[in-house]
Amino acid sequence: MAKNVNVWIDGQHLEVPDTMTIIEVADQHGIYIPRLCYHPDLPPTANCGVCVVELSGVPVPKRACCTPVAEGMKITSNSKKLRSYRKTLVEMILSNHEVVCPTCAANNNCELQTLANNLGVDPYALPTILEMKEVDYSSPSIIRDPNKCISCGRCITVCNEVQTVYALTNSDRGIESEITTAFGLGMNNSPCVACGQCTVYCPTGALRERSELDDVWDAILDPDKHVIVQEAPSIRVSLGEEFGMPFGSVTPKKMYAALRKIGFDSVMDTNFTADLTIMEEGTECVNNLKSGSKRPLITSCSPGWIKFMETYYPDLADCVSTAKSPMSMFGVLSKTYYAQEHGIDPAKIVSVAIMPCTAKKFEARRPELSDSGYQDTDYVLTTREFLRMIKEAGIDFVNIPEEEPDEGMSFYSGAGTIFGATGGVMEAAIRSAYTLVTGEELENVEILAVRGLEGVKEATVNIPGFGDLRVAVAHGLGNARKVMDQVREGLKTKGESPWHFIEIMACPGGCVGGGGQPYGNDIASRARRGLALYEEDRSLPVRKSHHNPEVTKVYERFLGAPNSKLAQKLLHTYYFKRSISTGQVVEEVTHKHH
Amino acid sequence: MKYYRSHVLIGINETSLAAGVQSFIKALRAQLSKTGLSDEINLLETGPLGFFGKGICLTVYPDNVNYENLKEADIPLLVEEHFLKGRPVTSLMLESAGKFSPKFNYASRIVLRNSGIIDPESIDDYIGTGGYEAWEKALTKMQPKDIIEEVKESGLRGRGGAGFPAGIKWGFTAPLEAEQKYVVVNADEGEPGTFKDRLIMEGDPHQLLEGLMICARAVGATKTYIYIRGEYKLCIMRLQKAIDDCRNYGIIGKNIFESGFDLDIEIKIGAGAYVCGEETAMIESLEGNRGHPRWKPPFPGVKGLWQAPTVVNNVETLANVPFIIKQGAQEYKKYGTPQCTGTKVYTILGDVAYPGLCEVDMGTTLRTIINDYAGGMQKGFKFKAALVGGAAGVFLPEKLLDVKMDLASLDQYSAVLGSGAILVMNEHQSIVDMLWSILRFFRHESCGQCAPCKTGTQQLYRLITKIKKGEGTMEDVELMQLIAETMLKTSFCALGQSPIMAIRSAIENFRDEFIAITKK
Amino acid sequence: MYKEICAKYAPNKDNLIYILHEIQDTHPQHYISTEAVNEISKYLKLPENHIYGVLTFYSMYSTTPRGKHIIRLCESPPCYIKGSINILRKLKTILGVSVGETTKDGKFTLELCACLGVCGNAPVMMINDDVYGDLSEEKVEDIIDKIRGRN
Repeated sequence: MAKNVNVWIDGQHLEVPDTMTIIEVADQHGIYIPRLCYHPDLPPTANCGVCVVELSGVPVPKRACCTPVAEGMKITSNSKKLRSYRKTLVEMILSNHEVVCPTCAANNNCELQTLANNLGVDPYALPTILEMKEVDYSSPSIIRDPNKCISCGRCITVCNEVQTVYALTNSDRGIESEITTAFGLGMNNSPCVACGQCTVYCPTGALRERSELDDVWDAILDPDKHVIVQEAPSIRVSLGEEFGMPFGSVTPKKMYAALRKIGFDSVMDTNFTADLTIMEEGTECVNNLKSGSKRPLITSCSPGWIKFMETYYPDLADCVSTAKSPMSMFGVLSKTYYAQEHGIDPAKIVSVAIMPCTAKKFEARRPELSDSGYQDTDYVLTTREFLRMIKEAGIDFVNIPEEEPDEGMSFYSGAGTIFGATGGVMEAAIRSAYTLVTGEELENVEILAVRGLEGVKEATVNIPGFGDLRVAVAHGLGNARKVMDQVREGLKTKGESPWHFIEIMACPGGCVGGGGQPYGNDIASRARRGLALYEEDRSLPVRKSHHNPEVTKVYERFLGAPNSKLAQKLLHTYYFKRSISTGQVVEEVTHKHH
Repeated sequence: MKYYRSHVLIGINETSLAAGVQSFIKALRAQLSKTGLSDEINLLETGPLGFFGKGICLTVYPDNVNYENLKEADIPLLVEEHFLKGRPVTSLMLESAGKFSPKFNYASRIVLRNSGIIDPESIDDYIGTGGYEAWEKALTKMQPKDIIEEVKESGLRGRGGAGFPAGIKWGFTAPLEAEQKYVVVNADEGEPGTFKDRLIMEGDPHQLLEGLMICARAVGATKTYIYIRGEYKLCIMRLQKAIDDCRNYGIIGKNIFESGFDLDIEIKIGAGAYVCGEETAMIESLEGNRGHPRWKPPFPGVKGLWQAPTVVNNVETLANVPFIIKQGAQEYKKYGTPQCTGTKVYTILGDVAYPGLCEVDMGTTLRTIINDYAGGMQKGFKFKAALVGGAAGVFLPEKLLDVKMDLASLDQYSAVLGSGAILVMNEHQSIVDMLWSILRFFRHESCGQCAPCKTGTQQLYRLITKIKKGEGTMEDVELMQLIAETMLKTSFCALGQSPIMAIRSAIENFRDEFIAITKK
Repeated sequence: MYKEICAKYAPNKDNLIYILHEIQDTHPQHYISTEAVNEISKYLKLPENHIYGVLTFYSMYSTTPRGKHIIRLCESPPCYIKGSINILRKLKTILGVSVGETTKDGKFTLELCACLGVCGNAPVMMINDDVYGDLSEEKVEDIIDKIRGRN
């Protein structure tokens, strides 16, 4: 039972609940306490010691991040002594850090750099004690650099407690301790699913995505290559604030303009294939329901989720939709449908995707995603890489005149754009599945029950002619685990899944909270971006996938119908079982329909 | 009842085992049998004998003669001369080494009262000395709150190093309502120079168990654990036997003595980490995790093992409890000083004539301990400094030889008693060298969880190594102090807060040594 | 072999330390392999990264194969003051290895360790479970010879 207590911070009297910590109280009242390892989204690890404050009557300073307030507490947030401790402490941390700011991926976005600058610390004040360790380049998505690690422990919390992937751990002791994977075999030889949440929370450049910018620039500057680009729904609401626009500004047309200016030959949009995915997956869902199957259908567009499923729940792989992700559908169509329509040799096409996601880099390299005859998606850039690209090109994003995308694979409905928020795929699917089952149009397209940041959301949607459709939406792999455990349990004990249709996204908040999103992507930001997507949805003339004219066209001119033989070949895939120790493929568990 | 002319006590412990005491005993028994003395001479295997000689040691009663460093080849002479003819063999005696007779203050021994007298593997021996009477009294004639009052009144303070009043600690946990409460005995004993707990557990395991039982009863814990470091093989064995014997006798188990109280004791072992001596790190280790300390508050007494209320106490602390309950708090207060009651087991090592241990009143001076209990400095050497409290301790110079060794008095000199380890250094020892060894220790044992200690212990080690090699400057010496000071204020746990004590006391009291070894 | 050892303990997380001790003690090369970690992970239903984190934290465990006899020489202050450095030098000479290395015949591994709690008999070393105190350079040579002679 929380009760209110009286505390004083720097002489200011406050009445606050005793369940709050000093730093939470300070943040709430605009009093700044310097911090390094603390992050409001995560339970404090209290490792860095920077947030120490003085409590009257207590001889040793206490960490503000984990000391709860108590009646009569008198706190001093800054003093000559505290400042000197903090400075020496940051000097000590820097003496064990590879200080290469200008070339570090985290430059200007590094919490250590900012703190050191603000405190006026000389990075070379203390003799260096850094003993260089090997950088882990094993993963296609994430680079782990132990020489930049400050042992804040956030990645450990995220990987083990939030995502329940269990890839990262502390190893060894003292100065030799390192945050690594079991047996130090590299992230690609561990259960790591490349979700990238560790890169989002890492305060320095120790964990960052593997950059493909140079390859993309090379392709753009190669006159022989035809470079086509697609952008995920989340991108358009995650760019503006980097350039001083209000947070969550919806800027798709500036995005297209910037891409053209950078030099992409064809500027399209992933939202188109999001709508296409709904057609394919919606049809699959309806077929599943009609067959009376007791097994659920689970979405498949999140590659971190797919790898997680292959590692921890391969026994339920047959429940996962065979539909590829919107990115991969786009990739394969860019080298078949698009190539055909424009008379371009697919060998010359370089297909680039801009994603809020680090796991997409892994997805693009999955060997089976080459139904076009080539690697369907050549390169994946995260939002962070894209922002660097815009800056390198010197683009004035705020003032760039808006432009339309190229036609053919860029028109989208509101259903397509909400894919980026948790619950968005489910809502989009229901808007069309309703029509596929009943032949009627769904009146109230906004399904609020599946929106929001609650970890697992459940809803029942009545579909005339079918009955009650029970759905669940989980975001964050910890919540995915909860849902999958219940599915397993339900199938084992009752022979039926608790839900017919399940949406799972690896990242908390959905793709707007993806591992590739701009730094500082805390839960509050993710919520804001999700809301921006729903705002865009409301503003669009077309809000259902099956009303997308370009989707209708691609079926008429190329695919035939949803789940047709060609659609099966190009737009559907199969899955594997992976080793829990190494994440490597053990065997195929589902198969391609031929 | 059999009447023996002589009782010969032979100490079985880690070192005598390594010296071959088992086969020595066989040979001695054989020799006694051969000379027809088996019925007259009672050979008893016991724990530590109260003094610390080398190798295989014997004490003969009623003569009160102590032998050390015995070899099997000595047996015929020993049996012939001493046991048969009653003439102690001076050349083999402890005293012959320096014509010194260690003063064993038996009257003042609470915790070690049975060590060296009883067979530590015999529960009957323990009961025979009045053992488990306190437990019976606590369980059947006292209420838990009475037990706590008695312990509070006695003034018993923790003997692991922190010195927190035991009664008050128990008082936090006792009133809490919880499904399960625990008591954990801290037998991790990693502080360099400290082995008192080992000797208590090897010499009189039942005394520890009895204290543990009383504590469990007082706070309402039905499950208790003894966390012993993995290297203490003999302790683990002896304690396990003691626990099994207690179970067989119904001293622990369900509905003990018809009181309605259940209690079980389990041994848990460590795997080599000094930091696991910190109570929350110990709890983490017990849960099957890395030994990373937890933030306090919440304190273990409120949220500890598996988030349940847990009392963590040191071995020596609990070993004092049976006396307090049986004889009473007032009797206990007759020992020691008003602020620090009772006795303390000190381990004295280094350049003294007789390294070993003694149990004396709290507040005995360092000079008395060294001279009266350890035979003074080795012949021909002078006292320079004593490292008191282990690696997490301070250097006490000659001018502080008359300071009372208790938790309160040392405070005024910014010193701490710590675990009671005393490492004595003669005039030829180098303080800088010693400091190097201490800082190397901390670097090895830091858990690495918090930035101040992870980086700080390495910084300190690098700096002292540089200074030791003669490549350092006085700026480096000042820098060491600054870093250690920062660690004191910002480290997560007591390990990081410790190096400052050794560094500061070394520099303050032996500045000349640093000046001499550094470059201008 | 690993399955049998695991099965002796209840499948609770807090039994991890004991299982690791027993697996290491019963292995002729005194270490804990990846296979062992796989088995423990399955038995205790604990992720491997946790087991690896625990295993590398504590000094007594090794992830690499060692010799038949593990020599652990104490280097803490009380033994240091009594000349553990000289004992180390002697051991390095008669064994022909550095700290952390195993002799070519696989008999001995030389390691340094922190205070063993036998300080009254400093300098001290442990060889597997046996404690040897009051060491001198001759005594150390004697001890090694005896073990060599045995097998």
